[in-house]
Amino acid sequence: MKRGAIGVGAAVFALVLLLGFPGVQADELRGTGDLGVIIEREPGSLLIVESTGKTRLMRVEDLGDFSHASVKYSRDARYAFVFGRDGGLSRIDILRGVVEERVMQAGNSVGGAISQDGTLVAVSNYDPGGVHIFRSEDLGLVAKIPAEYGDEGKLSRVVGLVDAPGKRFVFSLFDAGEIWVADFSDDPRSPDILRFRDVGRQPYDALITPDGRYYIAGLFGEDGLVLLDLWDLDAGPKRIMDGYGRGEEPLPVFKMPHLEGWAAANGLLFLPAVGRHELLVVNPDGWREVTRIPLHGQPIFAVARPDGRQIWVNFAFPDNDTIQVVDVATLEVAHELKPGSGVLHMEFTPRGEQAWLSVRDENRVDVYDPHTLERLTSLEATTPSGIFMTWRAHRIGL
Amino acid sequence: MPERILAAVILSLLLLSGAQAEPVEDKRASELRHLLVQECGSCHGLTMRGGLGPALTPEALEDRHDIGLKAIILHGVPGTAMPGWERFLTEEEAAWLVDLLREGL
Repeated sequence: MKRGAIGVGAAVFALVLLLGFPGVQADELRGTGDLGVIIEREPGSLLIVESTGKTRLMRVEDLGDFSHASVKYSRDARYAFVFGRDGGLSRIDILRGVVEERVMQAGNSVGGAISQDGTLVAVSNYDPGGVHIFRSEDLGLVAKIPAEYGDEGKLSRVVGLVDAPGKRFVFSLFDAGEIWVADFSDDPRSPDILRFRDVGRQPYDALITPDGRYYIAGLFGEDGLVLLDLWDLDAGPKRIMDGYGRGEEPLPVFKMPHLEGWAAANGLLFLPAVGRHELLVVNPDGWREVTRIPLHGQPIFAVARPDGRQIWVNFAFPDNDTIQVVDVATLEVAHELKPGSGVLHMEFTPRGEQAWLSVRDENRVDVYDPHTLERLTSLEATTPSGIFMTWRAHRIGL
Repeated sequence: MPERILAAVILSLLLLSGAQAEPVEDKRASELRHLLVQECGSCHGLTMRGGLGPALTPEALEDRHDIGLKAIILHGVPGTAMPGWERFLTEEEAAWLVDLLREGL
């Protein structure tokens, strides 16, 4: 094992509890295509699961503050890079259930991305505001990009970090209202950075379309979204869906919606509105609003079933006991599920025959058949939140 | 034995008044703690060290007044992502949360 150039506790082996995981056979050959990991929020641990038998395989513990934790995969879908709120970045071998490397790379972090070629892992930080770049093979530090803005050299919190084709990372500066494109294709230690200023107030999250062409940031401080066409950077960012609230008094938002993990289906985009209990439906051809679908509460995630026929939506507190399923053919809510209190995340298996739901307050992950809406099974998990299946290893922006 | 009955009545009255003076009961306290860690934690971090929202550790709150903090919890901060939680909390419960933050989680 190689050791990281920086960081504390590099090459730490996590405690793996094999008790209660009878399916584990360490020397058995297997692929990773049906594997996934689940964030256990309060204990700060990671469950490794498989979706063929729908079972838990291993648990990796002591990974830090897991509020808003997220995961990216290596290009061989064997290693999970886990980004903790407390700045911890861990590289975990999901076949063996061990922490290969771990660095405390910042004081407060919100997510990460992996480069197109799989060699670089980027982390977006609130404190210190900016992006840190590491070698994926050993978490050695490659570069730091402080998110400096204004005349006094203040640092902005960074959100909406995604990978883009051409070994680039794109991210937004929440405090500065800027979008930056960092190109690592020449010398990874000193990336070329393109800055777009005054894109709008408080971009809070962003997405990149599956083809890697459009970067879209949601604005919290204004009614609208910002679009950057990566095929035409000279055109710069442009505003879309401007004033989608149309002057209405926004409803209180008890949890910020996510755009990453957003939905594209049937040629349309489905985005959670902010401060409205609606799903926005946008046609990328001309970026016109097609319609808005009224919902049960403030949407958090809108996730398309892989075949594009359904969009599953979960909600902010106090409506987080509910899932609504939108039928893409009719653009209406077709089904409603009440899995239990605190449904934080949804993830489909690669071909969409299973939908996995985290039910935080019930300490349970439910597996549904999205065609019959029958619950197939449930797995025990301690305050589960994000579920990340390995198919993400091979998707731009995920 | 009237003395005993009287003593029992006085004791239960004392217990009752004690219960009334305590604004947050055990069950509600655990609900509030859960709300603080999970819902507030989404923005402020599970350990209250901050995120999109500022840190709410005892040190971070040292210079802030109870009344101001309670008002922020109940009514939010206009122009920011902090909403008011008055739909879900009484004044006493907001004050109890401020005390809990000052103690630290």
